Amino acid sequence: MARHWRAGAAGTAVLALTLTACGGAKVGDDSAGSGGSSGSGSCGTFNLAVNPWVGYEADAAVVAYVAEHDLGCTVRQKDLKEEIAWQGFGTGEVDAVIENWGHDDLKKKYITDQKTAVDAGPTGNKGLIGWYVPPWLAKEHPDITDWKNLNKYADEFRTSESGGKGQLLDGDPSFVTNDEALVKNLKLDFKVVYAGSETALIQAFRKAEKDKEWVIGYFYEPQWFMSEVPLVKVKLPPYTDGCDADAEKVACDYPEYELDKIVSAKFAKSGSPAYDLVKNFTWTNDDQNTVAKYIAVDRMSPEAAAKKWVEANRDKVEAWLK
Amino acid sequence: MTVAVERPEETGTDAPGPPPRTARRPGRPLVMAAILVLWLLLFAVLRGRHTLSLAAADLTDLHRWFNDVNDSIGADRNSDPLFLYFFNEIRLVVDTLVTFVQELISQSGAGRPVPQIGWLGVVGLAGYVSWAVGHWKVALLAVAGFTFLGLQGLWQESMDTLALTLSAVLVALLLAIPLGVWAGLSDRVHRIVTPFLDFMQTMPTFVYLAPLTLFFLIGPASATIATLIYAAPPAIRLTAHAIRSVPTTTVEAADSLGATRRQTLTKVLLPMSARTVVMGVNQTIMAALAMVTVAALIDAPGLGKTVVQALQSLDVGTAFNAGLAIVVMAIVLDRVTTAAGARQEAARHAHGRTAAWRRPLLGAGAAVTAVLVYLSHTYVWAAEFPGEGGVGSAISRGADTVTTWAQDHLSGLTNAFRDALTTGLLNPFQTLLTDSPWWLVGAALIALGAVLGGWSAGLTTAVCVGLLVGTGLWSDSMTTLASTVVATVLVMVLGIGLGVWMGRSALVDRLLRPTLDAAQVLPPFVYLVPFLALFGATRFTAIVAAVVYAAPVVVKIVADGVRNVPAATVEAATSAGCTTWQIVTKVQLPMARSALTLATNQGLIYVLSMVVVGGLVGAGALGYDVVAGFSQGQLYGKGLAAGLAIVLLGVMFDRITQAAARRTSA
Repeated sequence: MARHWRAGAAGTAVLALTLTACGGAKVGDDSAGSGGSSGSGSCGTFNLAVNPWVGYEADAAVVAYVAEHDLGCTVRQKDLKEEIAWQGFGTGEVDAVIENWGHDDLKKKYITDQKTAVDAGPTGNKGLIGWYVPPWLAKEHPDITDWKNLNKYADEFRTSESGGKGQLLDGDPSFVTNDEALVKNLKLDFKVVYAGSETALIQAFRKAEKDKEWVIGYFYEPQWFMSEVPLVKVKLPPYTDGCDADAEKVACDYPEYELDKIVSAKFAKSGSPAYDLVKNFTWTNDDQNTVAKYIAVDRMSPEAAAKKWVEANRDKVEAWLK
Repeated sequence: MTVAVERPEETGTDAPGPPPRTARRPGRPLVMAAILVLWLLLFAVLRGRHTLSLAAADLTDLHRWFNDVNDSIGADRNSDPLFLYFFNEIRLVVDTLVTFVQELISQSGAGRPVPQIGWLGVVGLAGYVSWAVGHWKVALLAVAGFTFLGLQGLWQESMDTLALTLSAVLVALLLAIPLGVWAGLSDRVHRIVTPFLDFMQTMPTFVYLAPLTLFFLIGPASATIATLIYAAPPAIRLTAHAIRSVPTTTVEAADSLGATRRQTLTKVLLPMSARTVVMGVNQTIMAALAMVTVAALIDAPGLGKTVVQALQSLDVGTAFNAGLAIVVMAIVLDRVTTAAGARQEAARHAHGRTAAWRRPLLGAGAAVTAVLVYLSHTYVWAAEFPGEGGVGSAISRGADTVTTWAQDHLSGLTNAFRDALTTGLLNPFQTLLTDSPWWLVGAALIALGAVLGGWSAGLTTAVCVGLLVGTGLWSDSMTTLASTVVATVLVMVLGIGLGVWMGRSALVDRLLRPTLDAAQVLPPFVYLVPFLALFGATRFTAIVAAVVYAAPVVVKIVADGVRNVPAATVEAATSAGCTTWQIVTKVQLPMARSALTLATNQGLIYVLSMVVVGGLVGAGALGYDVVAGFSQGQLYGKGLAAGLAIVLLGVMFDRITQAAARRTSA
């Protein structure tokens, strides 16, 4: 019978709770903090792809923040890898990709052939790809930043994975890379070892700087990690137009990428103010690194990071909204 | 990852064993040693020839063909009737279901700033349902667990994960239970379905993520379907198994009483197998939760997203906090469904006695729950979880401190261990596999398969070897094979050590079991960063991650086997003056031999399911190929081929070890 009593007590307690709770704020009240967006203009829903690296997250956070607060858009951010994000242009699930690194194959497939996407101009960011070493190494052996001297140090870079040669650590498989061909064509005594993810790459460099280990690997800028450990780029034979035309014979550095924005063809024609924002959006590597650092190093939420930057750089934002 | 469900139950019911062979043959170990020696001799001579290696960016015709198929599907998706009338319809139904559940508990919708049922209502419902299907203890656990999720500051994410899991499990069960019943009733269906289930469980999920978004677009529908593909097989297998294990005498009795087939099914077979079916539901829920982080890669909302995003900035604390939430949810759901299974059993035995006062109590509980749901629907304080999630930030700070300490103090030790194992065991073994001519390795594998598992296992191995060559990824497959075997050896060493300890002591069992549960459910993504710091981006890191993931299953199976050794036998050995060591090695382990082979089988398959995760931390080979295929359009076909190669390795291992298990216990 004890159970009867218990249930009864619980019931009474809940009833009492209901009665006392009548004073609480109701869902839908203005005080409920639903934050009814003011000027909800003609923008509607804006589907923004977010590719998985912090720099992109920074771009997306700022564009989303401005679209929501200045244009009254409902922004849906979708976490997707590049390939899948581009697929979404055709199906109307993605309106914009706002930090594209080259990807000529995707441009051909979706812009030229399927005509579901269009180019929306550069982001203003300069993308650098190349081989990097931790700062302590560049300081202790300054000549290491020239590829010609790499063979001299190959032994130092040896690891359990590199089969007696020096190890060149490569990262996430979605990155553009010619490293295997480069090692072969520059006759370097190195072996490319695939770390498999950006996380693995960053962890390797972080540890190398802390424990003074020998690591050389693929990396890129702009990247938030540079503000934690300023890696030093190794000089490769200079890039000339077309020197990377034949993937097998590449023996030159990576070109400097003009990072750009890609939008779906439908979105470009929709007349949405969000499209104009995406089209006008440009900023510098330093701007991006600042926001990326807020997110990755200071552990701020992307919205908070975007808010902080936008409030400090109102003039730049105004230029995008013209 | 949850292939653990089909144990070779047949072993006990087999005929009394084959008659002793007339001609004396040389012992099996001797033959195996001979094969290995021959292999080594030929390797010394033929090293480096016919190795079929393929560079990271190179493709074969098969890979290009897969690419073309993929592209043409993408190009036709707006005109093809198959899309318009089939895939789009499925997508619509699943999408509606998920959106409905989400708006119920996790997402704002229908003009409301908060979901229909807020945290108080969800906690109340969880408690009430747990109590109704189980007992008050699990109800308490459910309430405590769900409240903890809120305190971690992850209420909304947890509810997103719960909504997706529930939708996927619901759809999975709608398909799985009828199919399972059918497979239980018909041997032929069972035979046809089993390889498909193997395939669904061993094919790395990364392989079909990209095509799924092609078929079902980006969004919750794709994520649900991806989860469903992975999670449905356990329910099908266990339902079929349950129907099969209803004693034939019972069915015959029903038949002789003139029951129709339908009556036999609904009145005899289904009620008698209810407990096992509930176990299948349990396994399906666990499998669905294991997919949470992977599905986040195609924009599935919830805790997985938090884990994946935290990984991008190497934020171990936040990833751990979200991972812990997944573990808590898994433990709650596991205990509740297990209790529900036990109640099914109890209800069959004791009828009516407790029902008298249970009914009014259930009614009262329902009323209380309804009030809670109403409150959470109406009032903000009951709709949005109060507080800032202080527990969560404390947990993530703690996790950060622990990892930093481990990284700073242990990495010298761990690196030495890694180097010793890599140069001493992994490298020579891998060289033997990758630098021998492919036909030599193939022949050796087939011969070993035949010796261990008999002719049919040898035949399966031959087919698998042939197909592996066909995927164009032979060399990568052999690299993966080497790491997999080394990882399995480590898993077995750890598993037997801990398993024997657990099997011999109830106290150790009680202490270790929760840790094992957590290790099985914690998304591997969470411990990748600390492992990377400890072991670097190497094959060894992948091996350690696989060991953490696979060891719990092995430990549990071994402990079970040791515990099942009759107490009388152990006592007899003790009174004969055996030392503990002798009892373990001479009595308990030999008598638990079939558990050991089963454990090896499961260990191998679990290790194999981590190959792709290994690809993310420097293991290269097949795992890297799969991840690359998911990331780059032109490598899609190669990724698919790599996925197939993993399945083939799995089938090969599984058939050989299963056949070997049958032989040893026969």
